Amino acid sequence: MSAAAGALERAYRDERAAVLATLTRRLDGDLALAEDVVQDAFVAAAVDWDRRGAPQRPGAWLTTTAWRKALDRLRHDRVAAAHVPDMPMSSEFEYDESSLEDDQLAMLFACCHPALNPEARMALTLRSVAGLTVPEIARAFLSTEVAMERRLGRARHKVSNARIPVSVPSDDLLPERLAGVLRVVYLIYTEGHTATRGAAAVRGDLCEEAIRLARLLVRLMPDESEARGLLALLLLTDARRAARLDAAGALIALPEQDRTRWDAGRIEEGRGLIRGRPGPYLIQAAIAALHSEAPTWEATDWRQIAALYAQLERYDASPVVTVNRAVAVGFAAGPVAGLAILDAVAGDERLARYQPLHAARAELLARAGEHAAADAAYELAIALTENEATRAALAARRTAAGRS
Amino acid sequence: MQYLLQMTYRPEDNTEEGTPEFEAEMRRWNALNDELKAAGHYIGASGLTLDATTVRKTADGEVTVTDGPYAETKEVLFSFYLLDVPDLDAAIAVAAKTPASEYGSVEIRPLVGYEPA
Repeated sequence: MSAAAGALERAYRDERAAVLATLTRRLDGDLALAEDVVQDAFVAAAVDWDRRGAPQRPGAWLTTTAWRKALDRLRHDRVAAAHVPDMPMSSEFEYDESSLEDDQLAMLFACCHPALNPEARMALTLRSVAGLTVPEIARAFLSTEVAMERRLGRARHKVSNARIPVSVPSDDLLPERLAGVLRVVYLIYTEGHTATRGAAAVRGDLCEEAIRLARLLVRLMPDESEARGLLALLLLTDARRAARLDAAGALIALPEQDRTRWDAGRIEEGRGLIRGRPGPYLIQAAIAALHSEAPTWEATDWRQIAALYAQLERYDASPVVTVNRAVAVGFAAGPVAGLAILDAVAGDERLARYQPLHAARAELLARAGEHAAADAAYELAIALTENEATRAALAARRTAAGRS
Repeated sequence: MQYLLQMTYRPEDNTEEGTPEFEAEMRRWNALNDELKAAGHYIGASGLTLDATTVRKTADGEVTVTDGPYAETKEVLFSFYLLDVPDLDAAIAVAAKTPASEYGSVEIRPLVGYEPA
């Protein structure tokens, strides 16, 4: 790769979101126009830098070029012409590298604004912060380019028309808005992680992008322990990616995974991030870290995991968390204690068809020696399982339980 | 940036005029109005009665006037603010301060065609 091409790639990766934030603010919140002219500026850079070498300050060059292109477009656009006299007409436009990180954050907070719907937040973040192309995003969401372009277009218009601020929120808003940003990054990961067969390779890119975004957040907000917690959780979860699918592409649950296939590098990096004030992501990361240290499912530090799930329940009172706590308590304090926790949520209608609840109950009942009840719970759990490998594993355990 | 804040509630949730709850709520609305005026954000505001009249013109130019619509159970518009604030987050902050956000909902609509000063 030539020096100019390398500089262009670096500028695209490191400065695009900040240049875009600067342009959007300067253009009165017009994100659609800002996207177009920033794109034009990168196209111009590909030609110009190759011929004359990369500039000393790539971000400043791109900002000035994009701004000139914006002025050209506005002058030619009679509808927008009314706006032009209100703007500084100078074609020079000082780009401030010292605010690079704040500008990247500003773009991230704008893209993840709660006034946008969750799908729009994910798509916009991937386009305007991560710099993915529309075809790439469309493929990742198993959508068409036309549909994705429409979704992005609507979201950009909402940003401009409703004047969603392209700035880092004030201190009183920051905790709530940061939680929203972390959620979007988490959802991007989940979108990639729940890969369906066939599309698995493409969707893996989404996992990589989410990890990259989480890394960016940790770098930009080093004091936020939940940002670190999210990155740790994503790395520790992603470490198991290769072990999650069998040769046929079917999901393998954690107890049945071949632990030698876990990514030791990701585990080490993830575990190194777990420190600071606990929050939901950090707690989930700590749970994932304990699983990563265990030689087998049975030989896991269930006592600590049970305590962490109890802590997590305070942030997230979902029955899913309670079921996980019951499994941990079932190992740490015996099946009867685990069953007592499950009985407390068994009446919840949302859980009537929740496979993990019935699988956990079956397991705990079998270990408690309640064979008839265990058999019935296995039957229900198997009926609710769509995945062939999991169904086979449950059937094997059911047979084993029946013989004991 | 100018925004219309439309406040809706279900009429049966109305607090009775003259009750201490009503007086307490009015004090909150007045305090919010004063705050918005002092900050230069206030353009206009009012409560609305529910005595609606609907006007339509037919294809041959005849004006029809009908009583209503009545909305006994669904949420109806009962008050509005017209504001001039820097951005959507500022409008959201005002909406979250209104009593309506507690017993009803507040819809924020940006005005079209506002020319920045």
